[in-house]
Amino acid sequence: MIFKLSEEQEMIRKTVRDFAEKEVAPKAGPMDEAEEFDYSLWDQMAEMGLTGIPFPEEYGGAGMDNLCYAIAVEELSRVCASTGVLISAHTSLCSWPIYYFGTEEQKHKYLDPLANGEKIGALGLTEPSAGSDAGSVKTTAVLDGDEYVLNGSKIFITNGEKADIYVVIASTDKTKGSKGTAAFIVEKGTPGFTFGKKEHKMGIRASSTYELVFENCRVPKENMLGEDGKGFKIALMTLDGGRIGIASQALGIAQGAFDEAVKYSKIREQFGKSISSFQGIQWMLADMATRIDAARLLVYRAAYLKDSGQPYSKESAMAKLYASECAMWVTTKAVQIFGGYGYTREYPVERMMRDAKITEIYEGTSEVQRIVIAANILK
Amino acid sequence: MKILVCLKQTFDTEAKITLDSNGKIESKGVSMIMNPYDEFAVEEALRIKEKGEGEVTVISVGGQQTQDALRQALAMGADKAVLVDPGEIELDEFSTATVLAKTIGGMEYDIILGGFRAIDDGSAQVVGRVAELLNIPVVNVVTKLEIEGGKALATREVEGGSEVIEVALPAAFTAQKGLNEPRYPSMKGIMKAKKKPMDKKTLADVGLDENQIAAKVKALSFSLPEARQAGKVIPGEAAEAAKELARLLREEAKVI
Ligand SMILES: Cc1cc2nc3c(=O)[nH]c(=O)nc-3n(C[C@H](O)[C@H](O)[C@H](O)COP(=O)(O)OP(=O)(O)OC[C@H]3O[C@@H](n4cnc5c(N)ncnc54)[C@H](O)[C@@H]3O)c2cc1C
Ligand SMILES: Cc1cc2nc3c(=O)[nH]c(=O)nc-3n(C[C@H](O)[C@H](O)[C@H](O)COP(=O)(O)OP(=O)(O)OC[C@H]3O[C@@H](n4cnc5c(N)ncnc54)[C@H](O)[C@@H]3O)c2cc1C
Repeated sequence: MIFKLSEEQEMIRKTVRDFAEKEVAPKAGPMDEAEEFDYSLWDQMAEMGLTGIPFPEEYGGAGMDNLCYAIAVEELSRVCASTGVLISAHTSLCSWPIYYFGTEEQKHKYLDPLANGEKIGALGLTEPSAGSDAGSVKTTAVLDGDEYVLNGSKIFITNGEKADIYVVIASTDKTKGSKGTAAFIVEKGTPGFTFGKKEHKMGIRASSTYELVFENCRVPKENMLGEDGKGFKIALMTLDGGRIGIASQALGIAQGAFDEAVKYSKIREQFGKSISSFQGIQWMLADMATRIDAARLLVYRAAYLKDSGQPYSKESAMAKLYASECAMWVTTKAVQIFGGYGYTREYPVERMMRDAKITEIYEGTSEVQRIVIAANILK
Repeated sequence: MKILVCLKQTFDTEAKITLDSNGKIESKGVSMIMNPYDEFAVEEALRIKEKGEGEVTVISVGGQQTQDALRQALAMGADKAVLVDPGEIELDEFSTATVLAKTIGGMEYDIILGGFRAIDDGSAQVVGRVAELLNIPVVNVVTKLEIEGGKALATREVEGGSEVIEVALPAAFTAQKGLNEPRYPSMKGIMKAKKKPMDKKTLADVGLDENQIAAKVKALSFSLPEARQAGKVIPGEAAEAAKELARLLREEAKVI
């Protein structure tokens, strides 16, 4: 085993960290307060090629591997989890299924502008009554002439309202349950496709989370992604990869909180000494660092497996499960180390602790990750 | 247009400087960056190239790890890199400039760019010395540069204002903050950088030996700044306290 990043993996870390610290970090707090993302950051990321990292150049991507992508999401999330999930949902949940299941035509029409950052992407899977049980979607798609007619609604959709392109999972044959589903590419502005409620959240507050509403929304037949009947399968495979993105986001949040905690512990004095000289604080820092490293190894392994064409469903679930629980634990400890200051919005650890929680919920809750891992073990 | 950029790898601006057991600056474990003023120089070179056509070559004198800074310039868009590794000898500004001038002497160039100073030793000498050795003009602390018809109009900072200078090319220019806003390397740039040429040379390769570049200036010792003393609060009534402050400034601090 070689625990060494390649030259370009090192370089992407350095470049994205530099960008994140100079451009993103100063905006992270204000964007959280305003519950609004500053999309001038999107334009900068598009310019740098961060909007299509793991896709071939012929489709507008940067032609890098998934480990590079994981590192980029980690570094962005280290200073701003909302920026991390913007890239992660766009790349893993929308661009990837188009890249993997799309026809050549669909790829040129949709992946190209997504990867080069002209357009933003989102995935609409979850519904009010279909969360963890994502196979039970009720949104329907009925073929009428050359078009499918979509009816229903999707909730909690990341990049909702801001995204231009949506991959939407709908039922084409209710009698077949999850085997009667299909994936569709739906463009913003299609008549009958509107946005409902904006969610006001605990964390990742700059990330836009919306309800999608379909009322007799007509989507051209050729916008079906993959085969009819495979919608749920496509969603599951998409989430397998998406979990690497969310695991990277969680890892970044944990690292960011840890770095803040180390810095603070050295300068804060109580009882006439820096609090980092107390063993109680030292042991917290040691445990935080150890868990973060373990999470990083799991995340990078999952990305490596994906890059080398090996199965990664179990490993990406493990990475997501462990990294998200690590993020929640580490950010809680970081707030603890900051004492009363950590509980206020003067310092970023307060935001980081709120941001960490979502990583245990979306793209499969921690319980669902355990189900996936166990199913892989017992199969 | 052939543009050469001299760049140096320096300590990260946030690095904590410590001394080793021999009293030398400890470089182990310190993260390194491209000298920020050199980033302005690289950016300016790329902008000049992008306006017309041309080629940007980045050159550095340093150890093997200096390749990281050169690769960053390649990822930003420079075309070629040259690294001259002088080995384990101590260099001063004379040595570095001699190596650079000798290396550049064998190359074609219209413009030489560099940072006006490096943030580590801050000597602000190297590019000026290179220009002198090559017998070309140098314009320092440039904040605006326009190239046209074999000439350059360079705006530079002077005490209390700025000055515009016209020079014929080839010429050297040193970059000051404000010249431009350096770009971040793009992902495609990072991928391309791997395939761009990195010419690694030794002193012998450029036709020099250690004696010819022996440092003329030697640092005798290094010391860290003294830890800042805690401030002093002078209690009491304002008028009394002010009197006491004046006394302390005169008698203890000896500044008035
Ligand atoms: C901010 C945010 C962004 C999101 N972004 C997107 C997006 O872009 N696209 C999208 O499609 N969805 C998105 N979601 C939806 C998200 O994926 C779901 O919220 C998540 O899958 C959980 O579903 P649920 O909320 O319905 O919870 P439920 O499924 O109702 O779960 C409630 C609880 O029951 C547990 N549970 C459920 N089933 C089991 C079981 N079999 N065994 C043990 N425990 C179980 C869960 O683990 C959880 O603790 C987002 C959600 C949020 C909050
Ligand atoms: C919302 C809020 C309301 C509050 N209300 C009041 C109030 O009404 N009245 C009031 O007087 N105060 C109030 N406080 C202050 C509160 O009691 C302090 O914040 C708390 O005692 C911690 O002190 P600190 O924030 O200075 O943290 P610090 O003392 O700086 O502690 C920082 C970290 O170092 C650890 N630490 C410190 N010393 C040691 C040691 N010797 N060994 C091991 N670990 C150590 C701490 O446990 C903590 O993890 C409030 C604070 C908040 C946030």
